[in-house]
Amino acid sequence: MKKKIMTKVIAAAMTGAMALSLAACGGASSGSSASQGGAAGSASGAAIKIGGSGPLTGAAAIYGTAVKNAAEMAVEEINAKGGTQYELNFQDDAHDAEQATNAYGVLKDWGMQVSLATVTSAPMAAVAPMYKDDHIFGLTPSASSLAAIYEDPDNETNPYGDLFQVCFTDPNQGKASADYFKSHPDLGTKIFVIYNNEDNYSTGVYKKFIDQAKANGLDVVGEATFMNSTVDFSVQVGAAKDSGADLVFLPIYYTPASQIFIAADSMGYKPSWFGIDGMDGILTVEGFDTKLAEGVYLLTPFSADATDDLTKKFVENYKAKYGEIPNQFAADSYDAVYAIAKAVDAAGVTADMSASDICDKMVSQFTSMSFDGLTGKSVTWSASGEVSKTPAAVVIENGTYVGVEN
Amino acid sequence: MNNKRSQIVSFSIIIILYAVLEILLKTGNLSSLFSSLLIPVCCYMAAAIGLNLNVGISGELNLGQAGFMSIGAFTGICVSGMLSGVISNGVIRLVTAMIVGMILAGVFGILIGIPTLKLSGDYLAIVTLAFGEIIKSLVTNLYLGMDSRGLHFSFVQNKVSLEPGGKMLLNGAMGATGTERIASFTAGVILVLICLAFVYNLMDSGSGRAIMAARDNRIAASSIGIDVTRTKMLAFVVSAGMAGAAGALYGLSFSTLEPRKFDFNLSIMILVYVVLGGLGNMTGTLIATMLLVTLPQMLRGLSDFRMLIYAIVLIAMMLITNNEKVKIFIEKMRLRRKEKGAGNGEN
Repeated sequence: MKKKIMTKVIAAAMTGAMALSLAACGGASSGSSASQGGAAGSASGAAIKIGGSGPLTGAAAIYGTAVKNAAEMAVEEINAKGGTQYELNFQDDAHDAEQATNAYGVLKDWGMQVSLATVTSAPMAAVAPMYKDDHIFGLTPSASSLAAIYEDPDNETNPYGDLFQVCFTDPNQGKASADYFKSHPDLGTKIFVIYNNEDNYSTGVYKKFIDQAKANGLDVVGEATFMNSTVDFSVQVGAAKDSGADLVFLPIYYTPASQIFIAADSMGYKPSWFGIDGMDGILTVEGFDTKLAEGVYLLTPFSADATDDLTKKFVENYKAKYGEIPNQFAADSYDAVYAIAKAVDAAGVTADMSASDICDKMVSQFTSMSFDGLTGKSVTWSASGEVSKTPAAVVIENGTYVGVEN
Repeated sequence: MNNKRSQIVSFSIIIILYAVLEILLKTGNLSSLFSSLLIPVCCYMAAAIGLNLNVGISGELNLGQAGFMSIGAFTGICVSGMLSGVISNGVIRLVTAMIVGMILAGVFGILIGIPTLKLSGDYLAIVTLAFGEIIKSLVTNLYLGMDSRGLHFSFVQNKVSLEPGGKMLLNGAMGATGTERIASFTAGVILVLICLAFVYNLMDSGSGRAIMAARDNRIAASSIGIDVTRTKMLAFVVSAGMAGAAGALYGLSFSTLEPRKFDFNLSIMILVYVVLGGLGNMTGTLIATMLLVTLPQMLRGLSDFRMLIYAIVLIAMMLITNNEKVKIFIEKMRLRRKEKGAGNGEN
């Protein structure tokens, strides 16, 4: 008897799931403007459709969520001002190239006119040729690899042309870090690098850093690698300690970084730690004692404690809406939406134009305009899509980022 | 007889679906989402058919199918990249890449099979599990570049320095970037059809019966003169080769491919397609693969709940396909149809 009931329950669940999936199917194919990944703002009538994808699930979800939240907020703010209206559709790609192409398909079916492209690098490299084929304008907030904007990333030639970045490219972060170490010998002079040799982003930064460190005459005393599956970092931290390094460069994401700090704490090893934008998020790791991250330096173009009005307002609104301090990804995303809006207004783009026409106008705007945002003043773009702005370092003090005077 | 009918069913499913989708695609009526799913689904199908041969027909658990796909994918990308200056025809390059990927994956299959398939028990599962991880680590540390002077190779540390205009075919953790996308849906369908035809013919052949006999009772099989290791090796190597070809097609359908894509999770996903489709049941494998690959994309409308619903569907499928009552019901239907058929025959 019991089994019979179970069967019925399962059958009901199945039917429900199928009905839901069919409903979703119908919604997607009819190209309705229903908010699939979460549309923001009360776009009335004709609105320009902004697409985008990023990891909302999986290990890199914090980035995708931050980008999605900030983009939603920016769209709401711009829509509230009146003028050109926008509609946002942000899809999940789980930091996976295959799913990013699926997400791109969903967005194209939806009728995306301009795009925030993707949040992370590998998915961006997968969808970049599709943006080029369909001639849709993309401005990625945070996909930083060279493959995101260059068809031939090895020679940095053949840019896609309609893809632009708000963040620095990976190599530029490595280069900027090495330059920063040279100009700030007080941080430490014996440098040790721990990086993830299974990760695109981490190795990209590492390579350029080593080249520039050699050029700058820095003393790199050693390096250690780890993999995505590594959970115990005592070997790497031990190697750093044994090498006598007083500055450890961590071109890695924040999750392994938190484990490194825990391992270093248990060994009583206290060098200067220096991370790049992937370290952003260290303060939001669940179950991690943020005291261990005190004094960690990050090279990031955004610090939430900056005192200019724009940052203050952004941080305040973001906190009120989502209950957490925005990270650099959120700031990049916020800037991306505002930069798009600025270009749209300047070029006189309207919602009834085709994506291809909009793309031409946007490209000519982006290569000529100068943009003031959260992540930099007088930000400009080259024709290949690379951004030009001043990098700045922040240090973690009392659980928050504090800007470091250059 | 029954076997023949299921063969016709699976071939017709693929061919009819291909015809419908191809017409939709050519007339521009297929949504972009579906067009983006076509090639990956074909790749997973081919890999799953191969795995079903190994797990379902030969009865050896393989937890490293993604590893073989990885070998095929990166070999295929390299072959295609190397030939790009020589052969301009994308189809010839694609076929060459898939064949080379298949052969190399098969060779690795032989290497793994030699020590493990001689043993009885679950050793193949353990070894293939490790193999998948080893391949991922290996590819992560491989650097292969090509310029006008030829090929340059380095391991662990990237010491490849290319002349201007050179191209990195494999770039360590970044995998392959800037791959020319020469894979096509038609090639995928042809691959699936070839795999199906091969497996069905193998099942009907003497070697296939030997494989099944060795699965059902190793001792009895060897007592009648079947070389158990050899038959199991045949199934395993064919399975690996299919994964290799599928991987090559997969790799050449994206402009970028990271080694981390072919991780343990992917191996398990392919195994899930096989198990939910039914061990030894190729039609079931095809349908399960189609459903389970497209389902998460179809559920995008549910945003935050989609992975939850997907998990529920997985559990539900598992319970229902294994439910005794459902099985009895299907068996009854089958019997009834048979009786009817027999009755008609007499009249």
